[in-house]
Amino acid sequence: MRRFCLPFVAALAIAIPAGAQGDFIVVQSTTSTQNSGLYDAIVPAFTAGAGIEVRVVAVGTGQAIRNARNCDGDVLLVHAKAAEEQFVAEGYGISRADLMYNDFVLVGPAEDPAQVGATDDIDAALAAIAGSKAAFASRGDDSGTHKKERALWAHAGVAPEGDSGTWYRETGSGMGATLNIAIGMGAYTLTDRATWIAFGNKGGHRILSEGDEALFNQYGVIAISPEKCPTVRADLAQGFIDWLLSDAGQAAIADYRRDGQQLFFPNAGR
Amino acid sequence: MQGFGDAFGAAFALIARFDTDLVEIVGLSLRVTLSATLFACLIGFPLGALLAVGRFPLRGALTVLVNALMGLPPVVVGLVVYLMLSRAGPLGTLGLLYTPTAMIVAQTILVTPIIAALTRQIVADLDAEYHETLRSMGAGAGMRMRTLLWDGRFALTTAALAGMGRALAEVGAVMIVGGNIDHVTRVMTTAIALETSRGELALALGLGIVLMILSLALNSLAMGARVGAARMAHA
Amino acid sequence: MLRLVATGPGPDAAIRLEGVSLRRGGRMVLDGLHLAIPATGITAIMGPNGAGKSLSLRVMAGLIEPDSGSVLPSEAVRGRQEIALVFQKPVLLRRSVRANLRHALAVYGVPRRKRRERLGELLDFGRLAAIADAPARALSGGEQQRVAMVRALAACPKLLLLDEPTASLDPQATAAIETLILNTAASGTAVVIVTHDQGQAGRLADHIRFVHKGALTEAAPAAQFLLAQKSPEAQAYLAGKLLL
Repeated sequence: MRRFCLPFVAALAIAIPAGAQGDFIVVQSTTSTQNSGLYDAIVPAFTAGAGIEVRVVAVGTGQAIRNARNCDGDVLLVHAKAAEEQFVAEGYGISRADLMYNDFVLVGPAEDPAQVGATDDIDAALAAIAGSKAAFASRGDDSGTHKKERALWAHAGVAPEGDSGTWYRETGSGMGATLNIAIGMGAYTLTDRATWIAFGNKGGHRILSEGDEALFNQYGVIAISPEKCPTVRADLAQGFIDWLLSDAGQAAIADYRRDGQQLFFPNAGR
Repeated sequence: MQGFGDAFGAAFALIARFDTDLVEIVGLSLRVTLSATLFACLIGFPLGALLAVGRFPLRGALTVLVNALMGLPPVVVGLVVYLMLSRAGPLGTLGLLYTPTAMIVAQTILVTPIIAALTRQIVADLDAEYHETLRSMGAGAGMRMRTLLWDGRFALTTAALAGMGRALAEVGAVMIVGGNIDHVTRVMTTAIALETSRGELALALGLGIVLMILSLALNSLAMGARVGAARMAHA
Repeated sequence: MLRLVATGPGPDAAIRLEGVSLRRGGRMVLDGLHLAIPATGITAIMGPNGAGKSLSLRVMAGLIEPDSGSVLPSEAVRGRQEIALVFQKPVLLRRSVRANLRHALAVYGVPRRKRRERLGELLDFGRLAAIADAPARALSGGEQQRVAMVRALAACPKLLLLDEPTASLDPQATAAIETLILNTAASGTAVVIVTHDQGQAGRLADHIRFVHKGALTEAAPAAQFLLAQKSPEAQAYLAGKLLL
């Protein structure tokens, strides 16, 4: 039907692509590993050696697990241990392995309106924020960071959800967007350290609380089970996971630095 | 805070060094958006013409529906297409999720109502002028639709451009069905979203400026072709 | 008022309207119109503005269904394409003259392999060869009217209906159209022309039908009618005195 289409569209349009077809796997991932640039740093070495392309879909832990349940990935790389173990227990994952860790930090405006101070006691810090009703930006998206944040509030004996919309503000967004919002409104927020270090728009915000044991942030990696998901590229996925857990993979993670700081600490098999 | 100066600097630097990643991203954006616009035209032009000149039951309801679908949020389209193309979905066996094809499908769905609705209006206006003539010639519905579409072709360029603009600008649908995978499904808008979430606001805005330039170039090209053709051939 | 009533289906009529009435906006715009169009030659329909001349053409062309009365085409003009109508302000497509004619040939279902030949004939007949590739809507009024007439002839109709084809044209353009009309009639197509111009009626018409207030008031051979009108309405009209 030549006469139905406008010449300029016809001239410029390019035929439907089939998508590059080689060996590849899809990794359903949390956002911090992508936003901090980790994949850009370590994946090329794996691809060069194994000839397997790694396609990362970074959507936050909650969404990544849901996508994986729909069999829309071969590897799951997230940071919410309880949810990961449940995923494996339900048969969606073959097994879960610790991959690496870093920690969460509480960031806030330099003026520190809640007088959090530079404390390593996260309970006290959160209680101070709740007590002064200083603005706090929550991910509110069921991500790994959000799960951690809710656990921390619970441990501090505060139920901030009741104040949602006042000082407690749920952004329903990813870590980067939530950081942008927190900086824009002078609010405190909880972030993983890797995202914070790599974040380019820190404004006047700085780390106000860090070092509490409760802020430990463990990343896990799971091969998605071919029994639940017959289309999964199990061999390729296992190849990637084996590499991540190998000395070479662990060294690559340890070597990744931003501004001279190490972002992730490999701890496979420990 | 990173300012506009940094953004323009970033945009200029990207273009000046002909950044290969940028070229790849722009290329994919063009491929996805133009393909989607083409398919949306192939569907939307005849559909709009049918709504304009056809006489069949539920035509009014269908027209309202098409007009309403113009306001469809891209993220909803993305979700629907995701649910269709997901391995767990009805079309999962096609293995299209996280491919450019999936992005083209989503944008085609997004853009078709816009092109169809604008086409309906353009064709209806033209039909007011042509109706009696075509009827006196005994032209059937199919011939009338073809005649009106061809004679409305210059106005329909605008409909196609409106559709293309929406496809080029949207991020919600391609983000969900494409996955923003580097070197595979990353396009201008998802790259901008990623850089924003990395806090690289100047780079994000710089990419936005490149996108604007791209959009300007496409529109200029189309308008130039339209004016030239209109002047040369069929005033 | 004198009313002529057609008497029986004469064998020489291309189309006949019998007692056709049409109400528009609470007014009888056609009021029991009886009209027989001869199967050969040129018939001029005359009458004041608003008499129902243009409407009667549309009724004959099948574009308007009358509220009552009958439209009786003869056997020869019964096919959908046997009657062609050219509007007072013709609407040409936004294409070249050639493309306009090619479109008409396609609409009329002329087989592809015959279109090129037929297109050449039409361009020659309308003396349009020199402007064949010009955008049709950029042409002068006279040229556009010629294109519209030739387009109407693309289907080789047995009956051509023309609604004031020279209403807004200069004498030269008018002469070109009149030549085209005479050639059309000479080729065997019956022509109906709505006109206000007595001179034009004299130059072209073989038959005159005078319509007033949606009804026929006089039907006569042209020479006879122009010399002496029988109906007072026609007399008044040609004397410039008839008001609607």
